[in-house]
Amino acid sequence: MRYMLLIYNDEAAMANAPRDKTEQVLAAYGAYTEALKKSGAYLAGERLRPTQAATSIRLADGKTNVLDGPYADTKEQLAGFYMIEATDIDTAMEWGARCPAASTGTVEVRPIWEMTDYLS
Amino acid sequence: MDNRQEMARAAAEAAARQSYGKLVAYLAARMRDVAGAEDALADAFAAALERWPKSGVPEKPEAWLLAVARRRDVDAVRRRLTGEAARDHLQLIAEEAEARMTNEDLPDERLRLMFACAHPAIEPSVRAPLILQTVLGFDAATIASAFLISPATMGQRLVRAKNRIREAGIPFRVPERAELGERLGAVLEAIYATFAEGWSDPAGTETRRRNLASEGIWLGRLVASLIPDEPETLGLLALMLFAEARRAARRNPEGDFVPLAEQDTALWDDALIDEAEALLRHAAAREIIGRYQLEAAVQSAHTARRRSGSTDWAAIRQLYDALMAIAGSPVVAINRAVAIAEAEGAAEGLAALDAIGDDKRLAEYQPYWAARAELSARLGRTAEAAEAYDRAIGLERDPALRGFLQSERAKLVRN
Repeated sequence: MRYMLLIYNDEAAMANAPRDKTEQVLAAYGAYTEALKKSGAYLAGERLRPTQAATSIRLADGKTNVLDGPYADTKEQLAGFYMIEATDIDTAMEWGARCPAASTGTVEVRPIWEMTDYLS
Repeated sequence: MDNRQEMARAAAEAAARQSYGKLVAYLAARMRDVAGAEDALADAFAAALERWPKSGVPEKPEAWLLAVARRRDVDAVRRRLTGEAARDHLQLIAEEAEARMTNEDLPDERLRLMFACAHPAIEPSVRAPLILQTVLGFDAATIASAFLISPATMGQRLVRAKNRIREAGIPFRVPERAELGERLGAVLEAIYATFAEGWSDPAGTETRRRNLASEGIWLGRLVASLIPDEPETLGLLALMLFAEARRAARRNPEGDFVPLAEQDTALWDDALIDEAEALLRHAAAREIIGRYQLEAAVQSAHTARRRSGSTDWAAIRQLYDALMAIAGSPVVAINRAVAIAEAEGAAEGLAALDAIGDDKRLAEYQPYWAARAELSARLGRTAEAAEAYDRAIGLERDPALRGFLQSERAKLVRN
């Protein structure tokens, strides 16, 4: 099965972290990504720019409403994702727990809704 | 014809009772879908009821049912064919599969199913109900009445949990050693919850609840036989058997509550107690202590009264000390305080209750107030005792126990 690991972090805390701390976190992500690739689980993964760069769009009554900011104003913000291949939720949860974000914020594990599942 | 129909129905029902859980477990583990397995099996039972009166009951009913149920999921043929053609087709498939399969070939996957139902990704409160439904075939209404929530709510929770098993990809497997501890804990907890729900109807007047106690023991036996080298599985079974052994003594002939200390030990079931003792010894030999073994040891100390005539409260207190250290909870703390009161005196017991008194959960917990009331009464603190009895009476839902508390309070006023 394919799973998405959604990374939620307090982006203000990340931005204010001292330089050596930030480098340490980046190195941890690098090692994690490498481990995912070596195991064959890695499908994709990216880091997102902070929510100050986010734009939210909604169409109502034929008009486009553009909101300067993220969809949801939360304590922790969506900061990036990994897409992985895993046999089951246990394996996906193991990868989720290894992700550096699991110890600083939250990693949400969501199964991909495969087209073959919802069309059958 | 009527007779054959009766026989077919009886055979299908017997197969359902004896092997429902095994069949669901076998199918669910392969389909990775509990709801799908249940649906497929329901169809297979319907087909059996229709088919067996005409063709006779097959030699291996389980294999027949399984073959039809599996085919339903695996093969789209059924959807394309309709009516008589489909039934003949199913019949062929079933006979073919049956010829190849003996009942010994059907592996017991109920443990794997239980681990899926008690997975950490499943909400804890729905794990026990889910096991009852999938492994034992209870319907949502029966489970709901046992857990005192509405059938509609229970039905929704069960459906949601089953969808979650399929969609999230929850595996059907017994975890490996490294993670077995935590996962096994959830399975044992669900089994104990099943038993405890049945246990809370001591008179056994509500048949459904009494069944829950025996189903809990049945599940406990299953897990203990499949994972015998984990001492806690034996400890839980021993704990349930000790409690079950005292069932007949918990009410007098008038249906009134009889506290443990006043129970007639002649009414205890010696065979169950002996079995529990043997299990506990077996578990202790592995020298890995755990919550259920300690609780069973407490029960063992209580039942020792049937031979010695007295209760070793100092030993019970030590067991509760150990329980507090590894699995502390308000319930354990109250029982420990009661043991202290018996071993050292009511004042010491009350002091132990005072020490946990600021836990907010206790404000609505009947046994806390009942224990306070009794110890205050022993110390002659009548006003405090009366107030605590009132709290306890107001919180109790079992009429027999409420009646007992009321009579205790009445004694207080007379003094």
